[in-house]
Amino acid sequence: MMSRRQSIWISHLVQRYQFGLLLCLFVTLAGCSEHHLSFLDPQGPIAAAQRGHYWFVVALSMVVVLPVIVLTPWLVWRYRYGGTAIYRPHWTFSKKMEWLIWGMPVLIVAVLSYVLWTATHALDPYQPLSSDKEPLRVQVVGYDWKWLFIYPEQGIAIAGKLMFPADRPLALELTSNTVMQSFFIPALGSQIYAMNNMVTKLHLAAGAPGTFRGQNAQYNGKHFHEQRFTAEALEPYAFSDFVEAARKTGVPMTRQRYEIFADPSTLSEAERIIDNGTNDGLISFSQVPEGLFEAIVDGPLLARALLPSGPVAMTPRNVSAVPKAPAGASIVPFKKEAAQ
Amino acid sequence: MSYFLDMLLGRLDWDALPFWKMLQEPTTFNIINGTIVTGAASMVVLGGLALVALITWFGKWRVLWSDWLTSVDHKKIGIMFIVVAFVMLARAIIEAVFMRAQQSVGLGGGFLSAEHFGEFFSTHGTIMIFFMAMPFLTGVINYIMPLQIGARDLSFPVMNSISLALTAAGAVLVMVSLVLTPFSTGGWSGYPPFTESPYSPGAGVDYWIWAVTLSTLSSTMTGINFAVTIYKKRAPGMHLMRMPLFCWTALTTAILMIFGMPPLTVATALLALDRYLDFHFFTTDLGGNMMNYVNLFWAFGHPEVYILILPAFGVFSEIFSTFSGKRIYGYKTLVIATISIAALSFTVWLHHFFTMGQDASINAVFGIATMLIGIPTGVKIYDWMLTMYRGRVRLTIPMVYAIGFIMLFVIGGLTGIILANPSIDYQVHNTLFLVAHFHNMLVPGMLFGMLAGYNYWFPKAFGYRLNERWGYRAAYSWIIGFILAFFPLYALGLLGMPRRTVAFLEPAYLPWTIVAGIGALVVLFALFSLIMQLGVSIRRRVTYAVPIGDPWDGFSLEWSTSSPPPEYNFPVIPQIASRDPFRSEKDSGQAYQRPEEYGNIEMPANSALGPVLAVVSFLMTFGLVWYMWWLVIGSGLMGLAALVGRSFVRRTTRIISADEVRRTHESWLDQVARAKAITRADERDTTNQGLAASPVEGAVQ
Repeated sequence: MMSRRQSIWISHLVQRYQFGLLLCLFVTLAGCSEHHLSFLDPQGPIAAAQRGHYWFVVALSMVVVLPVIVLTPWLVWRYRYGGTAIYRPHWTFSKKMEWLIWGMPVLIVAVLSYVLWTATHALDPYQPLSSDKEPLRVQVVGYDWKWLFIYPEQGIAIAGKLMFPADRPLALELTSNTVMQSFFIPALGSQIYAMNNMVTKLHLAAGAPGTFRGQNAQYNGKHFHEQRFTAEALEPYAFSDFVEAARKTGVPMTRQRYEIFADPSTLSEAERIIDNGTNDGLISFSQVPEGLFEAIVDGPLLARALLPSGPVAMTPRNVSAVPKAPAGASIVPFKKEAAQ
Repeated sequence: MSYFLDMLLGRLDWDALPFWKMLQEPTTFNIINGTIVTGAASMVVLGGLALVALITWFGKWRVLWSDWLTSVDHKKIGIMFIVVAFVMLARAIIEAVFMRAQQSVGLGGGFLSAEHFGEFFSTHGTIMIFFMAMPFLTGVINYIMPLQIGARDLSFPVMNSISLALTAAGAVLVMVSLVLTPFSTGGWSGYPPFTESPYSPGAGVDYWIWAVTLSTLSSTMTGINFAVTIYKKRAPGMHLMRMPLFCWTALTTAILMIFGMPPLTVATALLALDRYLDFHFFTTDLGGNMMNYVNLFWAFGHPEVYILILPAFGVFSEIFSTFSGKRIYGYKTLVIATISIAALSFTVWLHHFFTMGQDASINAVFGIATMLIGIPTGVKIYDWMLTMYRGRVRLTIPMVYAIGFIMLFVIGGLTGIILANPSIDYQVHNTLFLVAHFHNMLVPGMLFGMLAGYNYWFPKAFGYRLNERWGYRAAYSWIIGFILAFFPLYALGLLGMPRRTVAFLEPAYLPWTIVAGIGALVVLFALFSLIMQLGVSIRRRVTYAVPIGDPWDGFSLEWSTSSPPPEYNFPVIPQIASRDPFRSEKDSGQAYQRPEEYGNIEMPANSALGPVLAVVSFLMTFGLVWYMWWLVIGSGLMGLAALVGRSFVRRTTRIISADEVRRTHESWLDQVARAKAITRADERDTTNQGLAASPVEGAVQ
């Protein structure tokens, strides 16, 4: 199963990225991808500030680093055995040198510490971002091996993509339904751990509409590398369209669907069962009850209790595409996988 | 019958065999992965059998038992620690090559399964830290430190042998996990809740827990042993401020071991309680909290970083001074810097998890504390450069490592300063940037230091120099291989590639992973060169012999005895009057003196307790891994019996007669008288018998 899926994956990639592959052999750090990958190619104010801070630290530290790299080979050559340079085998101390070699690092660390203090406070992920628009609240839950994004004000939840309007900052609350994970959209800003029974917070913003690669950065098992998503900053109208569409065509969040989603599986495995195999890397849930996130934080049983019972896989849009097997039967392989 | 088998084997069944899955589901993918593990397992089994066969063939069991395994001589224990380190180094490098190979073809796939990759990075890290780096530095300190302070042995020789036993048992446990799989996939740090039974139910995490526990117990005892030895056993006149810098770093490392190791022993013990007895220290439910583990782990983990790096700093201090033909610049500064680093190392553990959601002020305080460590470290580097300044620098193999070290280490220091900034760490934490950073500290720092020390002190330990040609090849390929393998990881980290990822979808990563893969091959060649170097040197040991014992015109006391030194190190305990005592003796023409009288020397007697506890602790932990309770109880009772039995041993020392000491010493002094003194120009020549030409006006010739 593994190998077949992988071979499909590879051929798909080769077709898609053939040109990109060649081009990428020549690109430098900025990277190239249709999704923005890195804070060195920042797509929001946080990542941009982080890039600035990064290069500032590099530049200032060079005052100490460069002399070592330049002077060491010179010293080895100048004072080589058999050379004619001055030789003082008993010279072991110089007050002037002492002042210099302690003083320079102290000064640099003093400056860096000041910058560190201000930057750490300015870029604190818990700190709401200043904006004339109200931030969009999204609640993020980490599962093995996928993320769920709950929009409490809209009553929807999506997996596979994090959609938000480009003109509003994002106010994220995070938890994990399983082991520790780290939520990370490099092109937008900081990563933060998502932990079971606990809530962490993160504020991000995009400068303009675009798509950005998002991922889990904390190893959590065999499908860790597949726990990815796309963050999409949309034009404001497009975001409202998206919310409308999710409300209308999303699968209602039922207890059964939630349980399948929460079981260890990749997004595409969950999608195959819950979302009728639309195979677009996206599951939209509608009718998400209020307080679902808080219930997940308090314990898995509470979350289940909150959700209404209902069918697993039947949605009106695509019934004919559903495989014949009864929906309940396909839960079994995942249960098995979890037990392995 | 089946009940009896269940009792006997615990939870061990066919699935533990590395080729079992491949036979059950013979897909190409499973066959590739199964073949790799089976190959490795066969190497362990065949290697073990070959070793047994060779020892039997040459009839060396008795020698092995009485001269090595039961020996409590700090020099032999030191050598055995380093042998363990080299064997484990070889395995962990091969694993690294597999991981680099996987990521070089990892765009959307690759040949390794995700579980297999997880085991690779977990064993690689665990081995490199606990069964390569720790035994290596422990071995080097074990061998050199007593010689440098003018002692005959460590304070607790039998405990030293037990430390070796526990480390060896842990190493064997990790090796056995190749044959009876799996190992943990939780990384070397083993963060719960991933390593709790609901998420990692198999034997893998238990292998990890017990291997690490044995190692930490071993290192705690080693730390106590080293510290007490340095405090109590220095030769008369060897004030603390006259000790060689290597001893200073050994002392600070020992103190760090004493305070740094127990938190991990506790953390793994609590995790074991969770897994074995359903406690809830770090679970996701019933009040468990993983953050406690993370704090405990790094309360060990950060001092550990300096446990690893400080001895290497000590080695480099010796090497820069010796091969610059000059006393070390800024001795007091270096001592102060060493102590500051050790003290600060306890104040920064939180920087390993800036992203866990604590307050910005807390992050900032720990970030600043972290940057403070950069100050004494930077000072040390400049001190070494000033040691070369106005010296006479000889580019020997240890010096190549040392030069490579300072130039690469500052780059690691720079990236360390970057990571110390929480707001940047939020971007590069958990990425390959972090992986590149700590390899940049530990490969040029720790490993180059130990390899430099190995080349530097090998002639002292075995009486002959190491081959130069393969030595240079190894040193240069280590440096080049390191650059190629790890600098691309900085780029990948900045591009947001997470660590521990078996495959990726971004074509932009591919060129970098390919270069890193090539680097890994160069490192593999470096490993091959090290093996060749040792092989060639053993074959030419007569040509390379330096029996007089001072092949590099050294400064400190270890160079004043024969190579290899006698069991008791010094026929008469030397009186120390200055820093660099052997240098002073040579300057004043006082070296190689015949003492007025010799005395009887009392040395610790051999003890079988070490090897017995090695077997016992291996069996016990193996039983714990596979739930073979009879084995756990049985070996526990055996261990207890051995400890009680030891307390009845009356003859714990033996006397070496003054006569024998005199004979040995005089025959060596005759050799000294016959040997031809050489200048440093002939240092790498076969005319080097270990006697340095007399200094003229205190200058190295």
